[in-house]
Amino acid sequence: MSTSEGYTAKDEVGQVRVRRTWAQRTWIDLKKAPPTAWLGMIVITAYLIVALFAPLIAPYGEAEITPNSYAPWGGDHMFGTDQIGRDILSRLIFGARNTIGIALATTFLAFLIGGGFALVAAISRGWTDQFLSRVVDVLMAIPSLIFALMLLSIFGSNVTSLIVIIAVLDSTRVFRLTRAVAMNVVVMEYVEAAKLRGEGLGWIMRREILPNIMPPLVAEFGLRFSFVFLTIAALSFLGVGIQPPTADWGSMVRENASLIQFAQFDLRAGITPLLPASAIAILTIAVNFVVDWFLMKTSGLHDEH
Amino acid sequence: MTVHPVIRTVLQRLALGVMTLFFVSLVIFSGVEMLPGDFTQAVLGQQATEETVAAFRRELGLDQPSYVRYFNWVGGVITGDFGTSFSGRASSGVDRSRDVVDLIGPRLWNTMFLASMTALVAVPLALFLGITAALYRNSIYDRVVNATTLATISTPEFFVAYILILFLAALNPIFPSLANISPDTALGERIYRSTLPAMTLSLVIIAHMMRMTRAAIINLLASPYIEMARLKGLSSSRVILYHALPNAWAPIVNVVAFNLAYLVVGVVVVEVVFVYPGIGQLMVDAVTSRDIPVVQACALIFAATYIVLNLLADIISIVTNPRLLHPR
Amino acid sequence: MSTDKNDVLLNIKDMVIDGFSDEKWHEIIKGVDLTLKKGEVLGLIGESGAGKSTLGLAAMGFARPGCRLTSGEIWFDGVDLMKQSESAKQKLRGARIAYVAQSAAAAFNPAHTLMDQTIEAGVRHGLVTADEAREDAKKLFAAMDLPDPNNIGDRYPHQVSGGQLQRAMTAMAMASRPDLIIFDEPTTALDVTTQVNVLAAMRNAVEQFGTAAIYITHDLAVVAQMADRIKVLRYGVEVEEADTQTMLSDPKEAYTRSLWSVRSIEKEGHSVDDKILEIKGITAAYGKIPVLKNVSIPVSRGKTVSIVGESGSGKSTAARVITGLLPQMEGEVLFNGKPLPLRLKDRSRDQLQRIQMIYQSADTAMNPRQTVGEIIGRPVEFYTGKSGKAAQLRVKELLEMIELDESFLDRYPGELSGGQKQRICIARALAAEPELIICDEVTSALDQIVQEGILKLLMNLQETLGVSYIFITHDIATVRAISDEVVVMYQGEVIEQGSKEEIFQPPHPAYTELLLASVPEMEVGWLERTIDTLGEKRAAMG
Repeated sequence: MSTSEGYTAKDEVGQVRVRRTWAQRTWIDLKKAPPTAWLGMIVITAYLIVALFAPLIAPYGEAEITPNSYAPWGGDHMFGTDQIGRDILSRLIFGARNTIGIALATTFLAFLIGGGFALVAAISRGWTDQFLSRVVDVLMAIPSLIFALMLLSIFGSNVTSLIVIIAVLDSTRVFRLTRAVAMNVVVMEYVEAAKLRGEGLGWIMRREILPNIMPPLVAEFGLRFSFVFLTIAALSFLGVGIQPPTADWGSMVRENASLIQFAQFDLRAGITPLLPASAIAILTIAVNFVVDWFLMKTSGLHDEH
Repeated sequence: MTVHPVIRTVLQRLALGVMTLFFVSLVIFSGVEMLPGDFTQAVLGQQATEETVAAFRRELGLDQPSYVRYFNWVGGVITGDFGTSFSGRASSGVDRSRDVVDLIGPRLWNTMFLASMTALVAVPLALFLGITAALYRNSIYDRVVNATTLATISTPEFFVAYILILFLAALNPIFPSLANISPDTALGERIYRSTLPAMTLSLVIIAHMMRMTRAAIINLLASPYIEMARLKGLSSSRVILYHALPNAWAPIVNVVAFNLAYLVVGVVVVEVVFVYPGIGQLMVDAVTSRDIPVVQACALIFAATYIVLNLLADIISIVTNPRLLHPR
Repeated sequence: MSTDKNDVLLNIKDMVIDGFSDEKWHEIIKGVDLTLKKGEVLGLIGESGAGKSTLGLAAMGFARPGCRLTSGEIWFDGVDLMKQSESAKQKLRGARIAYVAQSAAAAFNPAHTLMDQTIEAGVRHGLVTADEAREDAKKLFAAMDLPDPNNIGDRYPHQVSGGQLQRAMTAMAMASRPDLIIFDEPTTALDVTTQVNVLAAMRNAVEQFGTAAIYITHDLAVVAQMADRIKVLRYGVEVEEADTQTMLSDPKEAYTRSLWSVRSIEKEGHSVDDKILEIKGITAAYGKIPVLKNVSIPVSRGKTVSIVGESGSGKSTAARVITGLLPQMEGEVLFNGKPLPLRLKDRSRDQLQRIQMIYQSADTAMNPRQTVGEIIGRPVEFYTGKSGKAAQLRVKELLEMIELDESFLDRYPGELSGGQKQRICIARALAAEPELIICDEVTSALDQIVQEGILKLLMNLQETLGVSYIFITHDIATVRAISDEVVVMYQGEVIEQGSKEEIFQPPHPAYTELLLASVPEMEVGWLERTIDTLGEKRAAMG
């Protein structure tokens, strides 16, 4: 009894996926995205535009001092001025550029350090992996805000030390995640096949592992960015982060905090400290909405229908 | 003598915890080693004479090699002596500095009070919300709770704090916006004044914990033995209580421990906003004034709390693991 | 096989079930009818993707998340389950309809004892008291031939072996004396020597209590032992249904006949003295656990050596030692007469090139982000140094060798069927122009017809290219079909080895005897005849 009635390998039908180009797939995904994700993407784009074109948009200079201090809202100064007469709106706009810029730089650095080490650990396994993981465990045993405070008291609060310290601290989380997803890929037989071929470490990292761990890494980038962003804002709020006269939302909150007491008399003045705080909150919420949607899409978890 | 695997694993974890604490102390100590230049001069001020500076240096033991200083420090810590604060040292050589322990003691107590108040409210509420959201997945209730918590965890603590101050203290003076407590404040009064800070912390913690609990429970409910229980025709409550819950301890405890550790960090910002006299605010002040012994002591205490919480979570996971409880 | 065959217990009419994937609902079951009488056993067979498991669950009125019961009628003893509320269906499940899952290890809750879970359904449905249920459970455990039936219930799932768990799950299903049991591929994950006991236990239980059953599987010989009638499914549609005897001797549809075909390849075994590879006296371990004990295997040039054994036999470990992934503790590996370095990293590119490996699961053996052209092209570039046009030409040649054409060049693995994926893996191995290829269970994850195609391809390649194979498998039929020489392994040792004819003729060592006898044959009644003798053979192993 034979099997063939015109059986050819070409005609084998199975559970195959339909082929679409990358652009088509992205468009379909975007159409199905929930309104929160759309909102998030619009907000992020708006912030990026403000950050990039800050000098063109802001009515006054970043540290430009005018003679009216504590001016109320309206007139020349849409949101009033702070205690030494700087225009709040302009400082908000420049704050976007400074805070977002520093946070992005820090996140990239964290990914470079943490991701790089994680890939090495996942591929080499054995002692290298053990050693790196133990170091990361110890570093993570100190809460990052506390650790940052401690290191900043030693090295001083300038932009460079801020970026480096937070990047190093955050790279531990990136390490954990990257190592976890890379481990899943490393046990795949195609990685073993590459090793059996005699491929070098660099090839395996670049061509076999990295392309297959991109989705969770992209999501993590978003999450890390918002965490770094919040940490820098918190440190500036505490007075040990970005130093004046550089405009930064965290320190702006601190500078204008006392105004809140006047809310009963002049509501708008009272809300002034909430403006930079809201700016921070809105961006972080937007990023988190987008990351949330992205994670749901790529993890393939489907909810019951 | 064969030791039960549970006991063996618990002891291993304890040993690991102690080792981690040891390494952390090394890291904290070596921070000082990296101080640039001659900070002793900076602490005492420009007018300090050479003899005063030299005396200060000898007192700090800076003429001795680092490992000797490390062991002195650790020895001190174990016996409760964290050294003396840098503040209060005048350039004239008059030493009005206080023992770090005296500075930290009451502050630590205050922070513990605030943290406990928060945890008592936040943990049960968060677990309840998280579990119900997982059970009624994708209902309106779930979606609303999801969106709200996502927004809350995205905002900085000081934002939540100032919103609360705006609505509950500035516009409608229900609660005080500054938490003015001292060692002799009565309990009831203490609770009243600490309400806003506790509320701020609670909101943030609840949001985090609820999301993580929900995720853990959903993950659990996807297990094959849960499907099997359903196929045996068991009622939903039986499936949840008898089949899901015993396996849920480990993930839930991990979530709680992780968030209590987060609480430790969030407390710093909240204390500064409300000027609450806790150890978080002490540390920030010490950092601004470069008071190194205080910074080190605070960092060590925070780290130890963190490690202990994680250790506790680990141990509870071990003790509720059926594979370890009933070995082959 | 039963007493009362005239009453219809289950009647499924025109069932349509949809599944959700790729953002759309697709039909998984496209209008299938199924009738089952009381006490009757129906075998439901088909390839993967035929929808048999989904149909089986539908008999309980249950759809997994991501599936929905779209339309049709499910009449169970006079009640249409499609119109019942969830709580009404819950009353039936576990009481009158029971389910035995494919993986017993996953289906038992790790936090509770076997006994608690076995009696749970009966007690919760109010059918028996707890004490009565416990006594009954102990009797069921004994009927299932479980060791220490009075106390095994106190154990936890992880303290018991896979085969024992599967039998315990059957006892659990039987505990409420249901009218219908649905067996969903219950022995697929078990070794063949374990499987035979489990099959016997299930059969006895079903006969003893006159339970009706739906037995879902893809293994034809197994279904021949268990079922009164057989229904064949393909792509969600019924192909044929008949009683077992008729099905086996006279199937009507071509597709059914194609499933029935035993290996149509029959090759004579030849040995030659020229050994391309020899492993001598290999002892290896993972840490402290020994996995190979003094294993020696010669491989003739241009021929096929099958290494056959069950899980834990060490066959895959032997392959890892040959490729250098696991350094041996003692012994040596000789290739073309010269010793190979122990570790992978000590080997030269030339040495690596000559030995290639093909894996069981083509899904994890290929990088999902590389096109077919890149997957095959890389070894061509890497080993032969060709690039550009020359490399492209070579890749096309290789595609032809595996019977696929150019259009496959820029496809991704996710767009290919199981058999096509495995062919690409073969091409990838061939691209290195090796002398020896290790095939590690390369057909085990494929459907019957596809397996046939792959094996034929491999045999053709051996004839044209003269490449030698080490074929690792647990499937005796395949061994019979393609081997020149056979090696039987058990728990890290070589039990027997020699030419195919030698191995398949008696006398055999005790384990080989047991192994060969445990393989189900496509005859009605094989199980009853064999089960007694198997007990003796097992005892002979000591």
